[in-house]
Amino acid sequence: MQTVFWASGIITVIILLVIIGYILIKGLPAINLEFLLAEPIDSGESGGIAPMIVSSIYVTLVAGIVAAPLGVGAAVYLAEYAGENKVVKLIRFGAETLASIPSIVFGLFGLSFFVIFLGMGWSLFAGGLVLALMALPTIFQVAEVSIEAVPRSYREGSLALGATKWETIYRVVLPAAIPGITTGVILGLARAISEAAAIMFVVGSALSMPISIFDPGRPLPLHLYVLATEGISMENAFGTAAVMVILILIITVVTNTLVERYQKKMMGR
Amino acid sequence: MNRIEVEDLNVCFDDAHILKDINIKIPKNTVTALIGPSGCGKSTFIRTLNRMNDVISGFKHTGMIYLDGEDIYDPKIDVVDLRKKVGMVFQKPNPFPKSIFDNVAYGMKVHGISDKDVIQERVEESLKSAALWDEVKDKLDKSAMGLSGGQQQRLCIARTIAIEPEVILMDEPCSALDPISTTKIEDLIHKLKDDFTIIIVTHNMQQATRVSKYTSFFLHGEIVESNLTERLFLEPEDKRTEDYITGRFG
Amino acid sequence: MSSNKLEEYLVEKGLFLTAIFSIIIILIIIAFIFREGFPIFQEYGVLNFIFGMNWAPSDEQYGVFTMIVGSLCITGLSLLMAVPLSILCAIFMAEIAPKTFRKILKPTIETLAGIPSVVYGFFGLIVLVPLVRVQFGGTGFSMLTASIILTIMILPTIISVSEDALRSVPHEYKEASLALGATQWQTIKNVIFPAAIPGVITAIILGMGRAVGETLAVIMVAGNVTQIPNSILDPVRALTSNIALEMGYATGVHYNALFGTAIVLFIMIMVLLVIANYFHYKKKVVIGGGYL
Ligand SMILES: Nc1ncnc2c1ncn2[C@@H]1O[C@H](COP(=O)(O)OP(=O)(O)OP(=O)(O)O)[C@@H](O)[C@H]1O
Ligand SMILES: [Mg+2]
Repeated sequence: MQTVFWASGIITVIILLVIIGYILIKGLPAINLEFLLAEPIDSGESGGIAPMIVSSIYVTLVAGIVAAPLGVGAAVYLAEYAGENKVVKLIRFGAETLASIPSIVFGLFGLSFFVIFLGMGWSLFAGGLVLALMALPTIFQVAEVSIEAVPRSYREGSLALGATKWETIYRVVLPAAIPGITTGVILGLARAISEAAAIMFVVGSALSMPISIFDPGRPLPLHLYVLATEGISMENAFGTAAVMVILILIITVVTNTLVERYQKKMMGR
Repeated sequence: MNRIEVEDLNVCFDDAHILKDINIKIPKNTVTALIGPSGCGKSTFIRTLNRMNDVISGFKHTGMIYLDGEDIYDPKIDVVDLRKKVGMVFQKPNPFPKSIFDNVAYGMKVHGISDKDVIQERVEESLKSAALWDEVKDKLDKSAMGLSGGQQQRLCIARTIAIEPEVILMDEPCSALDPISTTKIEDLIHKLKDDFTIIIVTHNMQQATRVSKYTSFFLHGEIVESNLTERLFLEPEDKRTEDYITGRFG
Repeated sequence: MSSNKLEEYLVEKGLFLTAIFSIIIILIIIAFIFREGFPIFQEYGVLNFIFGMNWAPSDEQYGVFTMIVGSLCITGLSLLMAVPLSILCAIFMAEIAPKTFRKILKPTIETLAGIPSVVYGFFGLIVLVPLVRVQFGGTGFSMLTASIILTIMILPTIISVSEDALRSVPHEYKEASLALGATQWQTIKNVIFPAAIPGVITAIILGMGRAVGETLAVIMVAGNVTQIPNSILDPVRALTSNIALEMGYATGVHYNALFGTAIVLFIMIMVLLVIANYFHYKKKVVIGGGYL
């Protein structure tokens, strides 16, 4: 029996290594400075992916700026202000539902609501808003857990010094919960930066360099999808995939280190 | 002159009647010790004095508490102002996960003091009063969480002194500390009593005799006996007090 | 003094608004999906839409039954592969693996959850499709290929939620069993696992939700033919794929029919969510975002 368990663990690790290894081995050769800095030529058959990188940055920024305050605000409300009542249950269920809606349904919603109904047209801004909605529940859920994990004694200490509830929250509770909140925001945004289905009918899929966030664009995952399914260039598809994988790995490692360092400093170790 | 006067205080959490007909007068610039067995309501009592119980759902009270003649539960009173006047030190040291300096400066900042020099000066003063300055003066920007338990507790006292309260409530401030740290805090209490009115909850009867001028004995939510500490321990008037201080129960 | 109170009041109300934002958004999403999708039910009939076997927009045929079957088949097959593997792996992580190996497994699972689904789809397209073609015949674009990719994608969800469930079994149970002379394996089988079953079921449902909702990875390898598959090597089309494939050029009734597809999908997900909630597993999925 022991061997079966060990096998299951080892298989899982091997799956990851095979996928990441394969993408990187095939994709890294395609990556060079020109690939990262040039615009695509012939729908991406040659040339680079600079506009896609910029598009990805734009949508992720919009998503972060919109979703982080909303998610953290909701988490603070539930953890600090609300008791356990019907409204709170409803809010939790709402977040679960939002987290469960398939990305393509978000895509349809983005198209019919932001692009058509609100008249935003195809734009990275509209795409960012859709991604914000998708990132919101993750940010909210992780932030709520980490705010609740802040010891009660910190709050009492602050109140006893004559701080108001809100001062206590934003001067003591939130700083203490920052590591968890950051992790939540990054998880949410990692989901946003990887998403293609939710934005494919919203961002307009333009190949040119977006100047403002209100221009149409084509974030990296969508570009990879188009390159691969329309058989435009497998080499560039590998390059794009490798860039995304590296991006995700960097984001994970960098946040983990920053969070750890902050935690160490805060706890004086 | 009395700083605090409590008249017929009753406290309930939901249906549980925790404090019954409490009457006590606390004179200015003295140390008053509260003793009594676990669960008799000592913490509940001192937490009503700075209205820390307000946040607990189900908390109800009747009776009056006056601070310098003012009813502290008067709806016109701002709890924030009250807690500025009545500081509190908790059983377990609870510094914020911030630098030592920021811990002491915290109270001033929330009370709107923004002058850097004033803050700097008062942080130093408070740490000196709390007999901690020499140990931390070279690492004010380090996290307070890296201090020892005894240092943390003195930091919490410094933090409280820094907002210049009139009364300091201490809920078993030494119960989590070793004997040396305990001695340091007791010395500190001696020093502070000239400027502050101190109410200290303690389980340690020697400690009560060492630091306090008056002592009240709590039992099952009632005050059985209040007296000069010396009198209370040497010639207790109530049989229950005698039983308790001679270790026959509790 | 009163400015303090005013600030407190405003902050609380402001935070309340952020908290109910999710609910408002859900309602707007439902409203818009139904607004655009409802006409197809009126024009084509709910039953014709759901149970119709033919999807041919050019002939005004809008039956999504083959795709419902497609989605269910892909999901079912991937659960068949993912559930045993992930439960074994979860037990391994929670009870058996030495610390050092756990230190490798945990980030592995987090990274698996973080890989973009298009990358999975791309990997499937380049590696798995040829592999299936060579090994089993056919074009390689098949229900099987899609299920394999989905298996990998839902592993992290099922593993991490099940592991949480296993870990939250009280220590005393385990110690009591071991003290009675049971072996480690007997303890896991008879005590720990049964106690964790509600959590494990939730984990499976969450994985199922992810599989039903996955779009691009499935499109890239499933072949997308609207038919009831005869074997696992036949191509199939999932509900999600249907929307993504055709939305780019759909107009009129066709456009409504795709929103109708989204309604069917939405209802399937809601059913799963309600079941998951029934098992009352309060722990949140920390990786991979949210409940499903
Ligand atoms: N939030 C609360 N809700 C309900 N009952 C409470 C609450 N806090 C305290 N009590 C009850 O009030 C009684 C007095 O508690 P309190 O903490 O004041 O005792 P104490 O004298 O400080 O004891 P100790 O010496 O152990 O600290 C206890 O019976 C306790 O169970
Ligand atoms: Mg107590």
